[in-house]
Amino acid sequence: MEQIILFAPLLGALIAGFGWRIIGDAGAQWVTTGLLFLSALLSWVVFLGHDGTTQSIHILDWIQSGTLDTAWSIRLDRLTAIMLIVITTVSALVHLYSMGYMAHDENFRENESYRPRFFAYLSLFTFAMLMLVTADNLAQMFFGWEGVGLASYLLIGFYYRKPSANGAAIKAFVVNRVGDFGFALGIFALYFLTDSIKFDDIFAAAPELAETQLTFLWAEWNAANLVAFLLFIGAMGKSAQLFLHTWLPDAMEGPTPVSALIHAATMVTAGVFLVCRMSPIMEFAPEAMAFVTVLGAMTAFFAATVGLVQTDIKRVIAYSTCSQLGYMFVAAGVGVYSVAMFHLFTHAFFKAMLFLGAGSVIHGMHHEQDMRNYGGLRKKMPYTFWAMLIGTLAITGVGIPLTGWIGFAGFASKDAVIESAFAGTAGGFPFWALVIAALFTSFYSWRLMFLTFFGEARGDKHTHEHAHESPTVMLVPLGVLALGAVFAGAIWYGSFFGKTNEVVKFFGGEYTAPSQDLVETVADRSPKASELAYVMDSAPGEAAIYMRPENTILHEAHYVPTWVKLSPFIAMVIGLLMAVWFYIVNPELPKRLAENQRPLYLFLLNKWYFDEIFDFLIVKPARSLGNLLWKKGDGDVIDGSINGVAMGIIPFFTRLAGRAQSGYIFTYAFAMVIGIVVLVTWMTFIGGAE
Amino acid sequence: MDNLLSITTFIPAIAAAILAIFLRGEDETAQRNAKWVALIATSLTFFVSLFILFQFDPADTGFQFVEERDWLLGLKYKVGVDGISVLFVLLTTFIMPLTIAASWGVTNRVKEYMIAFLILETLMIGVFVALDLVLFYLFFEAGLIPMFLIIGIWGGKARIYASFKFFLYTFLGSVLMLVAMVAMFAEAGTTDIPTLMKHEFAFETFSVLGVQIVGGMQTLLFLAFFASFAVKMPMWPVHTWLPDAHVQAPTAGSVVLAAILLKMGGYGFLRFSLPMFPVGADVLTPLVLWMSAIAIVYTSLVALVQTDMKKLIAYSSVAHMGFVTMGIFAANQQGIDGAIFQMISHGFISGALFLCVGVIYDRMHTREIEAYGGLVIRMPAYALIFMLFTMANVGLPGTSGFVGEFLTLLGAFQVNTWVAAVATTGVILSAAYALWLYRRVVLGDLIKESLKSITDMTRREKAIFAPFVVMTLLLGVYPSLVTDIIGPSVEALISNYDTALAEAETSSRFAAASQ
Repeated sequence: MEQIILFAPLLGALIAGFGWRIIGDAGAQWVTTGLLFLSALLSWVVFLGHDGTTQSIHILDWIQSGTLDTAWSIRLDRLTAIMLIVITTVSALVHLYSMGYMAHDENFRENESYRPRFFAYLSLFTFAMLMLVTADNLAQMFFGWEGVGLASYLLIGFYYRKPSANGAAIKAFVVNRVGDFGFALGIFALYFLTDSIKFDDIFAAAPELAETQLTFLWAEWNAANLVAFLLFIGAMGKSAQLFLHTWLPDAMEGPTPVSALIHAATMVTAGVFLVCRMSPIMEFAPEAMAFVTVLGAMTAFFAATVGLVQTDIKRVIAYSTCSQLGYMFVAAGVGVYSVAMFHLFTHAFFKAMLFLGAGSVIHGMHHEQDMRNYGGLRKKMPYTFWAMLIGTLAITGVGIPLTGWIGFAGFASKDAVIESAFAGTAGGFPFWALVIAALFTSFYSWRLMFLTFFGEARGDKHTHEHAHESPTVMLVPLGVLALGAVFAGAIWYGSFFGKTNEVVKFFGGEYTAPSQDLVETVADRSPKASELAYVMDSAPGEAAIYMRPENTILHEAHYVPTWVKLSPFIAMVIGLLMAVWFYIVNPELPKRLAENQRPLYLFLLNKWYFDEIFDFLIVKPARSLGNLLWKKGDGDVIDGSINGVAMGIIPFFTRLAGRAQSGYIFTYAFAMVIGIVVLVTWMTFIGGAE
Repeated sequence: MDNLLSITTFIPAIAAAILAIFLRGEDETAQRNAKWVALIATSLTFFVSLFILFQFDPADTGFQFVEERDWLLGLKYKVGVDGISVLFVLLTTFIMPLTIAASWGVTNRVKEYMIAFLILETLMIGVFVALDLVLFYLFFEAGLIPMFLIIGIWGGKARIYASFKFFLYTFLGSVLMLVAMVAMFAEAGTTDIPTLMKHEFAFETFSVLGVQIVGGMQTLLFLAFFASFAVKMPMWPVHTWLPDAHVQAPTAGSVVLAAILLKMGGYGFLRFSLPMFPVGADVLTPLVLWMSAIAIVYTSLVALVQTDMKKLIAYSSVAHMGFVTMGIFAANQQGIDGAIFQMISHGFISGALFLCVGVIYDRMHTREIEAYGGLVIRMPAYALIFMLFTMANVGLPGTSGFVGEFLTLLGAFQVNTWVAAVATTGVILSAAYALWLYRRVVLGDLIKESLKSITDMTRREKAIFAPFVVMTLLLGVYPSLVTDIIGPSVEALISNYDTALAEAETSSRFAAASQ
């Protein structure tokens, strides 16, 4: 069954990609979509029937060299099961949605058949993503990792006539490669240290790594910290964390369903998945984890600030994604992997829905993406409006405070992240960054809603007159995702962020009573959390995630002060009120503010000038260096000095060349070589006969 | 059949002789006959070589299919293959029929063209099977001549300059190798390669004109061979002949040059440098590793700013060969497995990339990147195939390009993390130059008037690419096809190398000398 889940999308991609001339455009769409729904159905069967134990299915040997032993295989544990349903569900819905969204595209001419290619790419992506999450070794994970990169490259550049799309595609691939540079070095280091890149072996060796020192480049490092750090660089690239985030907003050049599937729900969360998957190593790498936490918090804050002023509807959501990924990393960074996965899980539903909703708006508005030209669409697109409203309620975290789980999906998971951040950093910078980011999230999300659906119609009158609700194939996926955005948090709250024993059990581990020392330490640190009943008792790698017994953050997160528990709610309300004030009550205010605070506004509008800085620091120097090495290095220095050495024979050279042009020398040489070969052949066989 | 290797080696030469002697005239029939003779001969060679592969026993790390005959002047004709060389023979016989098929459009001196390629094939196979120093040298050097002619007669505008540059570079490197071979014969008293591999060459440190030479004779011999192999690879900084040669060579010449001729350097390191001069190799390993790492970064940066498609791919070849030398001199299982794998895989990938250039060169007669753009609109099949090999070239997992890079880097990391880290930046740069090339040639809107009537690949062209596609994907998904065959031989090579080094380490002569 697992094999079917994995290979059905590949089969779909191949049939659609190569067989579309036979089965036609519609056939290609139905085949890929049908196979994806099959995958999704089986994934749910696997997820609901999964008892937490780790299964391994060997498919085929892969790279074998000396002690290096890798195979194509499926590792099925709770983490994989969660990712399976997220990937296949969203992907199946996006396939369905795309049938409507891609029906007519002005980027292609009448007779050009682009839909099979689109669906083939989508299915190919799904396959690569499934390979990533089912890997039982780092090499296969890297295969999936780069495979989704390829699919992302192909889909971002889907409108290949547009220079901006082509540029964005290359940027995405190359920036991800920067992350892969770290990821690859992490794999090499792990192999060097443990003589294996299989998860089982690596995890078993994790406690040892914490004690090992390793010389890498200029310094001695703690092995666990170094490996965790290098792997996290890979995660930064894929999950668009600060400094390696610049590709994600540009990736919005791709068709909107792509943004929903790849750049919101699945691929970009691969980094979070990697950190959670590597939890046995991460647990022994406190410094690296502190780095993950801080960087996640910085990203959450940074991206939220930029989201405040963007005018392109997709870019707002893109920055929002970037910011939410930061949340997930903070949760993972403080050691509460289950909560990171929780937010990943709920985010997949509501963010995919927001993107698909935005796509519905764009579709209805004839590919207008600037929110300044929207307004008053509530009545024209009622279903889309409701879907977007649910998505907004979910992402801003609306729910009943202090109950924990009664609310939209984002309420349960985001509050869990923020409470974990408080417990894990003793109320430090990451906590405050996340709370402020929550305020901004609320503001820009509602700003999006108000600009799009409320107020007067702005921009081109003609477009507004023809604005229409999307067809049913596009609305059905919105409805399904809406269910997830409403209920996913409440249903699985206990499994991801319940009592320690519940969570450990969900992820297939054992729990036990803590030692007396530990209870006292925790009681000292946070008196309210003194009733520590259980800690995790599995060895690293036995369960899907690993938490050291000393890691009690999951427990402590439930006992943070009440004001902490209320803080995200308050931030959300303030953000909402500000958005109402700015865009409903006093619509002239934003413009005035932008004029008064021009430098700040430009700073945010230009995304903190990251692109410009990178262009100046990296792209341009690389090109000039390339030119320098070519013209000066190859040309003047190397050829120059070799020519200098050869000066003695240059007259001879030129004479020879002169004669060569007459053709004679070639005839001579030709005769000579034939002679040599004939001689060798003849001698061989004659000699052999003796 | 106990002379399978000789048969494989000389079928092309015999075909060449038949063409030279019996084929007359320059008319169309004669041209067509020449092409068919060459195609049949090379296909037959491939077919025969398959028997070598099937009968080859990977577990046996010694030489197999050995043939030994007396030759003139007391010299010996001795051939054989082991796990390290057998796949290079297969690579050669695999590529050659495809290059002949890709040359179907040649109209200028077709007979001589085919003769040159057929003789070249014999000489290339000879290099990989020769088990006698003199025989090896003969094949190694004689191989220059047909390539020189191919570039010089059927090449582009600046073919004379390029062919001489190619010839002088590689020839000067080889002269030193010849001197070293004479010295080896003087010391060991034999030219038999298996015997020489067991011979322990002197490694006492001595000084020449006040310069201490650590590793003594072995270091000098190593350097002499290194001069030849480094030029062949080519390694930075003696790589500058390659871009010129590629640019001027006809498509088929480029394919052979990239796919096979470059591999002779790497093969030489594995056959001579490591087993015969372990101490010398060990002394110079840091230098070679750094040259490899620099090559990867340097040539990748240069590739980034090229305006000529072939030059760009040529520079990318140099970068990929950097992974090979890095893997070889990491001198561990993953490194050398990876290096051999990378050479095989690069044979398919770079061969296919040069064919890709050939496809549009045949139509537009220019290699300038600027002259293209938007080809995907009229050439979807071409766009797909070019994409596949672009991705293979940047080492996407699932293609053969990944396995070689991954293993060599993995091997290098265990030896020197700096080198591994610098070389790993190559994966970023390769993505940049390869995708940038692809974008400018294939993507974008088709606005250039000259391209508006360009046609997609013909059936013949697709058929030529098919084997390349299959091999690239097959080896990417199931690399054991290669590593199972080379593994045991590589293991033996490494264990001999390590033993030799350990012995040298404990030997008092070296210990005293190195203080």
